[in-house]
Amino acid sequence: MPAPSLPETTSILCVFLILLVPFAIAGIALINTGLGRSHGAAHTMLASLCVFAVACGVYVICGFAWQGYIGMPAHTVAVSGKPWNWIGAQPLFLRHLEMDGSASSLAAMLQMFCVALAALIPLGAGIDRWRLAAICSSTALLAGWTYPLFAHWVWGGGWLAQLGVNYGLGHGFVDAGGASSIQVLGGLTALSIAWILGPRRGKYSPEGMPSAIPGHNAVMVLLGCLLALLGWLGLNSAGAILFTGSQPGATVLIAINTTLSAASAGLAAALITRARFGRPDVSLTANGWVSGLVASSAACAFVVPAGAVLIGLVGGALTTLSVEWFELRMRVDDPGGAISVHAVSGLWGLLAVGLFAELPARVMNVAGAAERGDSGQWLAQIVGIATLLGFVFPLTYGLNRALDLICPHRVVAEGERQGLDLYELGSGAYPEFVTHTEDFTQH
Amino acid sequence: MKLVGFFLLLAGWLIVLAALAVIGSGVPLEAFILSGVGVEVLGLALVVRSHLVPHRDGV
Repeated sequence: MPAPSLPETTSILCVFLILLVPFAIAGIALINTGLGRSHGAAHTMLASLCVFAVACGVYVICGFAWQGYIGMPAHTVAVSGKPWNWIGAQPLFLRHLEMDGSASSLAAMLQMFCVALAALIPLGAGIDRWRLAAICSSTALLAGWTYPLFAHWVWGGGWLAQLGVNYGLGHGFVDAGGASSIQVLGGLTALSIAWILGPRRGKYSPEGMPSAIPGHNAVMVLLGCLLALLGWLGLNSAGAILFTGSQPGATVLIAINTTLSAASAGLAAALITRARFGRPDVSLTANGWVSGLVASSAACAFVVPAGAVLIGLVGGALTTLSVEWFELRMRVDDPGGAISVHAVSGLWGLLAVGLFAELPARVMNVAGAAERGDSGQWLAQIVGIATLLGFVFPLTYGLNRALDLICPHRVVAEGERQGLDLYELGSGAYPEFVTHTEDFTQH
Repeated sequence: MKLVGFFLLLAGWLIVLAALAVIGSGVPLEAFILSGVGVEVLGLALVVRSHLVPHRDGV
């Protein structure tokens, strides 16, 4: 079955939308940097660039070969007489891929940015204590293996997308904008990294009580939120066209839904923090905003605007509460809120497809998709979530744990005390400022 | 405890896969898939508990 083709106008629209996606990467990089301490700001920003570079390079070398695209050659195993498409079978270095605006070439272009976005998420959990060499190595593992494998199952016509055709579970696992392959995958990797690294120096008292280590630049964080919205508009729209067969006209609904979801999630976070702490909290509201974008991704093309508002409200509330839960109850030090924003909210977004989405009769997530009903769609979404928790999470934890033995993730105590800017780069982001490295340590 | 937790996560996923491969469709499929997810939740709880002991904190 050949890869689906696109009319020329749709291809042009897709190119424009895909070129917006780097704004999401810039937004997340700014948010991570702003939520970290000033003596590690240059390190976080440089690490973001390195993550982008390594992710793109590794993905082009081998990632797309494993991932492929709907209708392209792939390895299939027969299970009880049903074909399970489990990994792509493309040549390395994007060979044999015509860069002519075809759907497969546009998918490769979009995926290069998507994998960079997914790899950037764990950086939020490792701020101020994650070594640059380890960041690059971990990114290579994610971009070269974890991401392409799972993304093939969802976006490459793999066995999760085939759940509808093979077992009558609705249209199979549906995720238009990458809530699973980008956000939850990145969020679960962030949790693995946070556990492997342990908390920042001085974050918890010997009794286990956390102390607040505020981000150093709220303006940077909020500007990042606005840039992220721009990027997500492109990501959700291009993803829906390329991976679910949405018509170009659906871009209007997708843009409205994405914006509404982010706005309602941001407001929910502001109201909850206002009610609990007496005034809105900047970092939690920013986290809420991004969690709305994340939650919108899976169902953006298939819900009415009121549904998008509801998805955003729940996503924002979940994130605000789970940030506190992770910090206080689980003792996970996640300065950027990456686990709550991307993993928790992403899982909610995936579930929301099964609860609220009104899918069209034909969703083009597998080659030659036929018209199907929505019956069993929730179960397909549950199978996808079970795969993320039961396969992707142990895989990404195991890979990063093994990497830790070869290339330790955590910087030495002296490096953390000095700040990663000085220790790893030799100069700070704000050389004219006096920094107080001992401000937040326990005495 | 951590290893057992990750083992249960993987086992839960395998139950889901086995349910799809063996049962195919119908009400038992839903029950088996949800059971698999239940095993995963148990595994996740174990993994979380195993990480509650502070480690490598440079306090």
